[in-house]
Amino acid sequence: MTAAIAVGILVAAGVFLILRPSLIRVAFGFILLSHAVNLLLMAAGGLGRRDAPIVGPNGPAAPADPLPQAFVLTAIVISFGTTVYLLGLARAHRRGDRHDDAGSRS
Amino acid sequence: MTGGLLIAPVAVPLLAAGLLVAVTPRRRLHRVVALVASASGGVTGAALLPSTLDGKVPTLDVGGWPPGFAIVFAADTFSALMLCVTSVLVIAGLAVAAGTGEDTNRFYAPLVLVLSAGVGGAVLTADLFNLFVFIEVMLAPSYALFTMTGGRDRVAASTVYVTVNLLASTTLLAGIALLYGVTGTVNLGELAGSAASGGAALAAGVVLLALAIKAAVAPLHGWLPRSYPHAPPAVAVLFSGLLTKAGIYAIIRVYSVLLDGTPRFRWIIMAVALLTMVLGVLGALGERSVRGVLSFDMVSQVGYILVGLALFTAGGLAAAIFFMLQYVLVKASLFGCAAAIEVAAGTGRLNRLGGLARREPLLAAAFMLGALSLAGVPPLSGFVAKFAIVTAAVVEGDYLAGAVAVAVSLATLLVVLRIWSIAFWGEPPRHRAQSKKDQHVAGRPTDGGRSDGGHGRHTDGRHTEGRHTDGRHTDGRPVEDLRPTRARGPVVVPALALALPSLVLGIGAQPLLAAADSAAAGLLDLSAYIEAVTR
Repeated sequence: MTAAIAVGILVAAGVFLILRPSLIRVAFGFILLSHAVNLLLMAAGGLGRRDAPIVGPNGPAAPADPLPQAFVLTAIVISFGTTVYLLGLARAHRRGDRHDDAGSRS
Repeated sequence: MTGGLLIAPVAVPLLAAGLLVAVTPRRRLHRVVALVASASGGVTGAALLPSTLDGKVPTLDVGGWPPGFAIVFAADTFSALMLCVTSVLVIAGLAVAAGTGEDTNRFYAPLVLVLSAGVGGAVLTADLFNLFVFIEVMLAPSYALFTMTGGRDRVAASTVYVTVNLLASTTLLAGIALLYGVTGTVNLGELAGSAASGGAALAAGVVLLALAIKAAVAPLHGWLPRSYPHAPPAVAVLFSGLLTKAGIYAIIRVYSVLLDGTPRFRWIIMAVALLTMVLGVLGALGERSVRGVLSFDMVSQVGYILVGLALFTAGGLAAAIFFMLQYVLVKASLFGCAAAIEVAAGTGRLNRLGGLARREPLLAAAFMLGALSLAGVPPLSGFVAKFAIVTAAVVEGDYLAGAVAVAVSLATLLVVLRIWSIAFWGEPPRHRAQSKKDQHVAGRPTDGGRSDGGHGRHTDGRHTEGRHTDGRHTDGRPVEDLRPTRARGPVVVPALALALPSLVLGIGAQPLLAAADSAAAGLLDLSAYIEAVTR
């Protein structure tokens, strides 16, 4: 239930920010949305089992599901990359000139 | 074992991209390496085709993990055919970029290669989360390619493109999370048929919704005609054939595997398919630039593929696959023509074009071939594809779909002939150009923007953004203009080269139709695929 409420709040805040005109706010909105989805992924693996995802002395019922953790790790890396891109885009937007220097020319 | 080959369409372009970033930038080296690396996908597809046609499904457990843990790559006929077509397209895109001079940036070729690796992975993977990752691998370089050159207009258009695609990706990930929560797996083989009802159907619906945004299916198509006309011309060629088509591929794959083509939801797909066809072609009628028309028309053609999917019969799926394969080439050819028009005339706006048929006979031939094929005029491949779709619909007794398909293809003919009659047969604009400022509606930027990028209307960043989000794109904003100084041959040749297969596939459609039949059979009878993937 806590996870569901947290996801709901994050999505609401994220959607609100995405609908704002400024690109910086849109970037922050996407950060919140990706957090929401990461939480959702974790919740999809079941939140009841909290041990390290290695089968230990307590048997296979206690360790957490490792797969969602791997998913979240991948998703974090991807959303980090896109956030950096969005911030760069926001800067280009603000500067407003022809930004031909986005990559050095050969 | 042919399975090991499956990694090539992903690994070769990625490694080549890394290599090209590392070595000193030399244009010729970049072009040759990019050509070879992007050909690897096509070679792989062609090598896989014979065994997949026999009904085999070669697989590869990536990383050598034991079956059940490994992320599986699998190729059936459908994926092998897609690999071949996308590889041809990447090469054509690189050729157009060489012609328009867009590949001067040292990161151009590496980015295109990463994009093609993403498409290759998305086509081959048999794992839903991996599909998400490869779609991201495909999209990340596309963001960079979009904004690498160009001014304010392009940055503003890319904002629409980037935010919509990010939202779609987030939705896709959420859908996959929900599906994993309900079923406990993301392997397509294990998921097969699991989403036909209950909570899993809802989760699969979220996945399909996200993919529908990526494929620009109405009513989620608005981003495409607002962004593609502003992409750099050669990049638009690539995007037209790779990005939305990867989305469509994923829709077909997910719908046929996860939902097993369940009849319960077919009416939804049929409804959006018809809506997509009609809205797209109507939007195209109102556009005022060559690429604006082509972009809206792209939305419309996506509908045809979905009609085939919604029928979910052997004939319908085969028609959809055949349609998609030939359409990727035709559309890329037309976008190549648009790039050539922009190079030759310096603008893509219809009211500035004219008299190109006399000046550019080769370009005119390429455009006519592509345009007639798009509209479905015999003996071109578009006719065979549309005929197959309509036949499949009528055989199923779905006369409405058949009638709409015919009507939309007539409207498509109108749309492309409008470009033809204005840009190619119209009065040459040379003497009109001088007095153009007087004729302009107030508030529309003059073509002076070509030289300095300082469009008067765009001095306020906030205002620019508003223009792109207020849903009224069809005001004919100019696409980014190129200076009409470069050699034109290298731009026209790829467009012509992409248009010629349309003629070949139209007259000699039989081999590809047979392959499409086999691919459709593979989607209808999943047992071989499931066995290969879950083994």
